Amino acid sequence: MKIGAPKETYEGEARVAMTPASAKDLQKLGHECLIEAGAGQKAGFTDDAYRAAGVTVVGDAAALYAQADIVAKVRQPSDAEVPLLRQGQTLISFFYPGQNADLLAAANAQGTTVIAMDMVPRISRAQKMDALSSMANIAGYRAVIEAGNNFGRFFTGQVTAAGKVPPAKVLVIGAGVAGLAAIGTATSLGAITYAFDVRAEVAEQVESMGAQFVFLDFEEKQDGSSTGGYAAVSSPEFAAAQLAKFREIAPDMDIVITTALIPGRDAPELWTADMVAAMKPGSVIIDLAAERGGNCKLTVKDEKIVTDNGVTIVGYTDFPSLMATQASLLYSTNVRHMVADLTPAKDGVVAHNMDDDVIRGATASHAGEVTFPPPKPKIAAIAAAPKREQPKALTAEEKRAAEITSFKAQTKSQVTLLVAGGVLLALVGAYAPASFMSHFIVFVLACFIGFQVIWGVAHSLHTPLMAITNAISGIVILGALLQIGADSWLVVLLSFIGVLIASINIVGGFLVTRRMLAMFQKS
Amino acid sequence: MFSIGITSAAYICSAVLFILALGGLNNQESAKRAVWYGMVGMGLAVAATVFGPGVYNIFLILIAIAAGGFAGYYVAGKVQMTEMPQLVAALHSFVGLAAVFIGLNADIMLSSIQTMQAAAAGVPAIADGHTIAIPLTARLTGFGEQLWHKDAVEIAILKVEVFLGIFIGAVTFTGSIVAFGKLAGRVDGKPKKLMLPNDENAIPYISGHYLNAAALVVSLILGIMFAQGAGIWTMVLVTLIAGFIGWHLIMGIGGADMPVVVSMLNSYSGWAAAAIGFTLGNDLLIVTGALVGSSGAILSYIMCKAMNRSFVSVILGGFGGTTGPAMEVEGEQIAIDADGVATALNEADTVIIIPGYGMAVAQAQQAVSQLVAKLRAQGKTVRFAIHPVAGRLPGHMNVLLAEAKVPYDIVLEMDEINEDFPSTDVAIVIGSNDIVNPAAQDDPNSPIAGMPVLEVWKAKQVFVSKRGQGTGYSGIENPLFYKDNTRMFYGDAKSSLEALLPKID
Repeated sequence: MKIGAPKETYEGEARVAMTPASAKDLQKLGHECLIEAGAGQKAGFTDDAYRAAGVTVVGDAAALYAQADIVAKVRQPSDAEVPLLRQGQTLISFFYPGQNADLLAAANAQGTTVIAMDMVPRISRAQKMDALSSMANIAGYRAVIEAGNNFGRFFTGQVTAAGKVPPAKVLVIGAGVAGLAAIGTATSLGAITYAFDVRAEVAEQVESMGAQFVFLDFEEKQDGSSTGGYAAVSSPEFAAAQLAKFREIAPDMDIVITTALIPGRDAPELWTADMVAAMKPGSVIIDLAAERGGNCKLTVKDEKIVTDNGVTIVGYTDFPSLMATQASLLYSTNVRHMVADLTPAKDGVVAHNMDDDVIRGATASHAGEVTFPPPKPKIAAIAAAPKREQPKALTAEEKRAAEITSFKAQTKSQVTLLVAGGVLLALVGAYAPASFMSHFIVFVLACFIGFQVIWGVAHSLHTPLMAITNAISGIVILGALLQIGADSWLVVLLSFIGVLIASINIVGGFLVTRRMLAMFQKS
Repeated sequence: MFSIGITSAAYICSAVLFILALGGLNNQESAKRAVWYGMVGMGLAVAATVFGPGVYNIFLILIAIAAGGFAGYYVAGKVQMTEMPQLVAALHSFVGLAAVFIGLNADIMLSSIQTMQAAAAGVPAIADGHTIAIPLTARLTGFGEQLWHKDAVEIAILKVEVFLGIFIGAVTFTGSIVAFGKLAGRVDGKPKKLMLPNDENAIPYISGHYLNAAALVVSLILGIMFAQGAGIWTMVLVTLIAGFIGWHLIMGIGGADMPVVVSMLNSYSGWAAAAIGFTLGNDLLIVTGALVGSSGAILSYIMCKAMNRSFVSVILGGFGGTTGPAMEVEGEQIAIDADGVATALNEADTVIIIPGYGMAVAQAQQAVSQLVAKLRAQGKTVRFAIHPVAGRLPGHMNVLLAEAKVPYDIVLEMDEINEDFPSTDVAIVIGSNDIVNPAAQDDPNSPIAGMPVLEVWKAKQVFVSKRGQGTGYSGIENPLFYKDNTRMFYGDAKSSLEALLPKID
């Protein structure tokens, strides 16, 4: 099959769906690769680099669409591109079929199979094709860089000869992939980072990235994570509590990065005008939700504005495109994984398996039918585990009481054992002769010493312990030695064998113990 | 020739040295010294006995010690570390057999001395205050002399001691031989109970555990008859019956329970030695037997604790009944190749390796060691997590790793490392199954519910090196293999790891 990547026609789009590296991998799957001349230019990949990777460079888009069996793109096709699609062709790109129903119908009318990279289900197996996450990761990183660019101070706190610099305080709202990437970038630049998410269980992830989670004073029954790893709409009470918290911390924050999106809806308003007004001059807001109206109502899509009180609000929507090289590398790898799943035999023949959860989920149009929306995947998405009951912390009195109880129980069991043992010994003593009792004392004491000593043996030395006890249990040789001088030939024979095998035990046991112990080396 | 006093002094020294030898095993460095204490103690005891009073046939003794010593030397030098469980079991059987022989001898000598005592009246004698003095003509061994002086009660007690020595010794002997066979793979490792007349229509009261119980009762009756003077044939019969019990008992226990079995037999061999010590009136034997016996008992206790099972349930074989249906396991087992594992390892900072019996079977410890050396050379933190019942012998994994030159300070016990899994990048499970089964914690209906397990699934990524998709010894499905962060690295552990090695840079 021929896989072709055309030049992106959307204005300002610098990414490309195929890189020389991904082309090489695609060829390993048995495919042939095509690229439109100059498609990789803005992402830093020259036509020569593609040629060197064995890719055929095609003059214009029309020729590419005519030749390619699979067209790999970044953005959904424009109205001008749709007519170029043809019967039996497969298109792999971001498509947003939910929002672009007309476009989908048009593509379907052309008989094209549409695989929407944004519809890849969120299950572990599909993570390698999750292009939304790859792009969100870049957006999160770039958001911090962009904020730094517009922020007049250091991120990290410093004490210099010229005076003390306080560290910047960064608030990240929404701890999805983009949010976590932003947190990681901001903390590694040295900022004090706070993060908020409606899904309280991501607090652990947030804290693992080095940020502090902003907890609300609010108890809610609804679990914000029960929707397959994405956030859901929250209740009005919750929203109010959340806004109150933001209002409280707004004056403190130097940089606010909002990434809150709910699938298929307009971005929720989280950073209101009065919060912006409360912020210090020179503060920066990066609104990653600008495409859907923004988490801040003052945001202007694709523009940077400065408010009256000197707060910069950035509403760019093309962060991944601003880092076209990195974004292309990641996106092309996602596409390559998708193609790999489409050609399981690695023979260059596409087997479009609609029983596969991942392929089914991503396919929006196939064999002349619109297949969007897909059925619910069989395998559940990355959902948080149901919360476990936290063991209740004991108060000091309860602890003390528990200690006393266990001490009493111990004393009781020890005393019982001692009394029982004593009675037993007394019984033995009442009937047994003195010569037996003197040996019995030795026996009981030896057992006691044995128990005390063996508890101290390191677990790692249990095998040597067994070997050495093997050796010293060869002490039965003494019995045989004391009998071997007897008159009876049978006794002599039996004790001879006894001495023989006991010596095997002694010598073998000790030597093998020594051999083992010599092997234990410290690093 | 040493006097009795000097011999006793030597015995005391030996006993102290033995205690020091066992106590020294509390860490790896002092253990290297401790083993010498043990050897000196044993040398002292044997020398003091051989050159002490009442020992004859020195020539025979020298031959026996030389031959036995050579055999021991040969075996100790040649044995593979993976074969340690077999060796330990074999050595237990020797102690058991020696105990049986010494017990039988004691009875034979007792009856010959009683004959002599009957004939002794009127013969010129050593005046020692006893009713019947030892005739000058009689050549008595040290033990014979003791027997001569025993009164009726003491002889009765002696007979009980002989019975105990022979019984425990015979159980230890055949039990150890079966354990040896199972560990060496010469006897099928699956649990088997004798069913009479056959498996299909067994009569319960003469099959399985009842058979053991019946044999035990018969032995006891024979023992009582013996104590009342029934003659040596009772003891020969007890030897045979006890031998049967040992064989049947261990045949009924499966491979993975062998750590408990071997510890238990270790304990028995000690108690047998102690019983012989009582028979002979030898305190050193009693002390040593008690030390070994308690050591084995503690090991058995630790092993049972680590499996969350009672000692009795292990010995009687089989798993405890389940209380309901097992939890459904969801998801799929996802395989991975050496490249994938290598990439993850190259990127990881902290790695924990969990070895199990499968590593010993595949003889993969050298490959594991090389892998660890390579990873450590890159500055990664690599550690081992050892479950108490990993392998077929307590501490078996530690010895295998030590043999492969893995430093012991990176080999940690379950309790030391279990909390570190959440902060670990990669956990590699090599040939373990039940000891890393999350069902023990999550599923109250699982047969292994409550058993302490290594929480490997909390690591960011888990690789399981495993031969195929089968279940572990207990036959329980392992949900670990189906977790999102688990990848199955199928194939023989040794060849898988060797394929992995060149890919780590």
